[in-house]
Parts: sequence; C-alpha cells; structure tokens
Amino acid sequence: MTDLTNLTVAQIRDGHRAGDFSAVEVAEAFSANVAAAKALNAFIVETPEHALAAAKTADADRAAGTLKPLSGVPIGMKDLFCTNGVQTTAASHMLEGFVPRYESTVSQKLWDAGAGMLGKLNLDQFAMGSSNETSYFGNVISPWKRKDGGNAALAPGGSSGGSSTAVAARLCPAATGTDTGGSIRQPAAFTGISGIKPTYGRCSRWGIVAFASSLDQAGPMARDVRDCAIMLENMAGFDPKDATSLDMPVPNWEAALSSDLKGKTVGIPKEYRLDGIDPDIDAMWDTGIAMLKDAGADVVEISLPHTKYALPAYYIIAPAEASSNLARYDGVRYGLRDLPQGAGLQDMYAATRADGFGPEVKRRIMIGTYVLSAGFYDAYYTQAQKVRTLISRDFEAAFASCDVILAPTAPSAAFGLGEKMADPLAMYLNDVFAVPASLAGLPAMSVPAALNREGLPLGLQIIGKAFDEQGVLNAGLAIEERAGFTARAEKWW
Amino acid sequence: MAIDQATVKKIASLARIAISDAEAAAMEGELNNILGWVEQLGEVDVAGVEPMTAVIPNTLRLRDDVVDADPLTGGGRRDDVLANAPEPQHGFFGVPKVIE
Repeated sequence: MTDLTNLTVAQIRDGHRAGDFSAVEVAEAFSANVAAAKALNAFIVETPEHALAAAKTADADRAAGTLKPLSGVPIGMKDLFCTNGVQTTAASHMLEGFVPRYESTVSQKLWDAGAGMLGKLNLDQFAMGSSNETSYFGNVISPWKRKDGGNAALAPGGSSGGSSTAVAARLCPAATGTDTGGSIRQPAAFTGISGIKPTYGRCSRWGIVAFASSLDQAGPMARDVRDCAIMLENMAGFDPKDATSLDMPVPNWEAALSSDLKGKTVGIPKEYRLDGIDPDIDAMWDTGIAMLKDAGADVVEISLPHTKYALPAYYIIAPAEASSNLARYDGVRYGLRDLPQGAGLQDMYAATRADGFGPEVKRRIMIGTYVLSAGFYDAYYTQAQKVRTLISRDFEAAFASCDVILAPTAPSAAFGLGEKMADPLAMYLNDVFAVPASLAGLPAMSVPAALNREGLPLGLQIIGKAFDEQGVLNAGLAIEERAGFTARAEKWW
Repeated sequence: MAIDQATVKKIASLARIAISDAEAAAMEGELNNILGWVEQLGEVDVAGVEPMTAVIPNTLRLRDDVVDADPLTGGGRRDDVLANAPEPQHGFFGVPKVIE
C-alpha cells in the first residue's frame, strides 16, 4: 500500500472521496509521522485527537454523501492562530499556557471545510524572525542537510518555520502560515515547498496573534501549487470581525488553474539583480524566465526604483506597529504575570514584559517605541509611510506593462542555525526580496525551482496585482510543471 | 542620530520593559546599528507624497447599532474573558494595590 503521507492535499481529498482509503487511516499515518519527528521540533502542541475526530466525521460524511472540500485532510496550524481549547503561544513565554476560548476565523473556516488539526506549529516568537531561532520553545530544525558530508543543522526559514519543516518532512500535507514580511515565502523556499501570501485582506486576521496589522496576512503552505489553491479557497473570505477584511467573493482558484501563459507578460525587476549575490540564485532566476517563456509568456524588464528602501521602511513600520500591538501584554488580562515582591502596577508591567518577551521581540518593541516617540515620529515613521506609498506606486507603474513579476524568493539558500543570530541586521537582509510585496499588500508566492550546488532547495517568487491570486498561481504552476522539482530531504530524524 | 544608554533606558521605560545596565549597554549598539541603517530613508525625495494609510483601498464599515450584534464579540462573556487572567478576583481582573 502507498504511504499515505506522501499524498498531496488533492490526492488525499480525491482518494478519500473515491474510497481508496479512510480518513482515519490518513490521520493516523500523519500523526505517527508527527510523533516520530520530535527531533525537528516542528510542533509546540500535538493534537492527534483533533485530527482523528475530524477524520471520523469525514468517513461518516462520505458514507452519508455529505463530503466537504477538505474532508479527510489533516493539517498543521501555525501557533499564531487562536484555537478554542488548545494552547496558543505565538512561540512566546508571554502566552505559555494561554488557552483561547474562541477560534480564529481562518482556522474555523478550515474546520468547517472538514480539515482536522495535527497540532500547533512552532514559529519565531510573535512571528518575528527569519530562521525560527527566536521561539521560546526551541529552534525548529530543517529536514534538509547540505550535501557536503557535514551535519550542520539548517534553518527552516521563518517565521513559519514549523509549517515549512512539517510540510517538507511529510508531517502534514499542508499547513497554515502567516506572512508579514516574507514569513510564508522565505520558509517555503528554504524547504522546497510552495506557499502563497494572498492580497492583504483576503484572509481574516481575527484571532491571529497580531504582529504588524497593516502587513499581516495568513496563507497556506503545501507541497504544490494546486494544494495552495485548495487551501487558500478554504481560508479566504469576508469577515465582518476584521475591519480590513475584503468584502469580495472568493474565486474558485483551483478550478481555474492553467499553466498556459499565452498573452501574459512577465516583468523582471532589474533592481532585484543584487551585486555579489549567490550565482546559483541568479542562474535559477534565469531558468525561471526561460520556463515562463516556454509557457507562452512574454518577458519584459521592469523597474521598481524604490526597492532598495523597502527593507529599511519595513523595519520602521513593522516594529512601530508591533510596539503598539504588543502593548496589550501587561500581565493583567491574560498571559504571563511577573509580580516581584512588593511591586506596584508599573513594576509589574515592566517585570512581566522583561520576562515574557525574548530578545528579538524586545528589540523590535524598543525600535518601534523610539520611532513613534515625540520628536522622532515624522523623521522615521511618517517618512517610512511615505516611502511605502512610493513602493506601492512602483508596483502600480510596473503592472501597466506586465501581469506578474518574477524574482527570487530569498537571496540565499537555507543558512545554518546560529550563522546569522549574532547580527540582527544580517538576518533582516534575508527578507530583501520578500518585503516589497508585503509593503504593497500584493499577492505573492514561492515555488521550489532548483537545488543549489549544496543540494539545498531554492525558490522562485511570483508577485501579482492586487486580487490576482489566480495569475500568481498560474505562473507558479507553469514553473512547477517545468522545474519538475521532486527532491526531498532524506530522512534522518 | 546615535542614541546613548540613557536614551535606551528611557525607551525601555516608555515600552514598560525592565532592563538592566548590561542589557542597555548591549542594546545601545544593536539599536544604533539598526537606526543607522534605516537613516538612508532620509535620502528619498518624498515631496508631495502622502504617507500610506491603507495598503489596499477599502472602506470602513459600520455595523448595526444593536447590543450583542455578534455573540462572539458582544457582551455576556465574563467567564470566558477572565478564563486566562493571571489573577481573577470576584469577577474582575486582580492587580496589585494602586492607591496607598
């Protein structure tokens, strides 16, 4: 019998529907993989009982002829989504032991669609990080190893590092992620899987632990483009509980998938050609261009002149919003309380926040507090928001002459754990290609395209016009079909 | 502009984060490094450019002005609200004594 954990979401859905296997068998197979993969540290909480209950319902629904879109599919849930009755920590000490009494809109939609939950996935603390090394619950280890005979533990990317590792290691067929400045795309690229951040507002932010509200967007991570389309259809949709939710119908992205790009134009941003970049990255990019031409697309060079300023603008705007959002952790209403002997209210706040936040979270709250403080607000924050307007205009102008944009997802393959932790700035620079689309709220996805000389996966990024997830998915599919990326990490865990 | 250790402590105090001298010293370098790098935004000509307020054009909605329009986010959920409180007391959030 085939190993059920090698199946994609579409294969599980269709195979279950056809009666090839039961949903209970699928849930048990993935739960067994989860239980056997402690060395990867991808999960903070495992919930095999949740997956099993959903599977039993799926099997009963099949018998009754009432199957739902994700019946029989168990998934992983990033531990940034509040789940009713299941600990939700944002990988922080601050929220250790926090058990929500409500369900996030996105996770509720997935359960309503018939999916089950295998567990809550590890991440960078409050989603702040690019390597999953800031989690209070320990590093997530990528299943990938360099082909150099060494045994260096590699970063799975971040912040959705538990999600990327879990999908790449076949612990779940798909997982949720969130993307503030690349947190779906970069980990997907590092682990040889696909992931899409939809247009800002497509997925409700209600019940997702907030990091930077004008940037945060949920999206799926899965093994291929079709699975991303299926998952996104069941995550997106208008939600009156999120003031920035888009009141638009959710397209049937899966049904409209087409890798025929005749009549489409792909833009290649010249500013993304960085001096001194890894030649493997540039070579992959050139191969990607050839693939899209082969799919029938025209290719034009475009200019996004303010690209260089996207990252510094992001590292003002995101910390500013974070410092405001994270003010809620005060030791009063929920989460950790640290009350030193004889301390008053102010001392309790300060002690609680000193104890509950990790170094990277504190660093960002401090930067955010500084750039929003009296006397500096205009020089930093207002200036950054003006630059953000210019970055958004760059994309608007570019999309006058192209339908989608093709670029690398990250400037390098996965790096080793510890290699970039000493220098926060070096870590931030890893987001250079991902952040501009985030600032402009545009849909963007990463698809695996090649292995580098070390045998590690590299991802190509497709950025689309607002609301054109279909164009992004279709270009992604065209690359996927031509790249024939079937490499997977050899099991060592 | 570079910030000094006294400024680091002031920021920490504004952010309500207790910080030791050693932490403030370490953070001084890190923050200056990051702030020095973002200074390059100053070279962008933003004359006549409006700061971005909404990334995707959207209109703010008003819900009907009725009590408990949404049972999840309406009232009557005291026990749920207090369920994760570190120190719930008599149906309230308990805090250390504020007034002597």
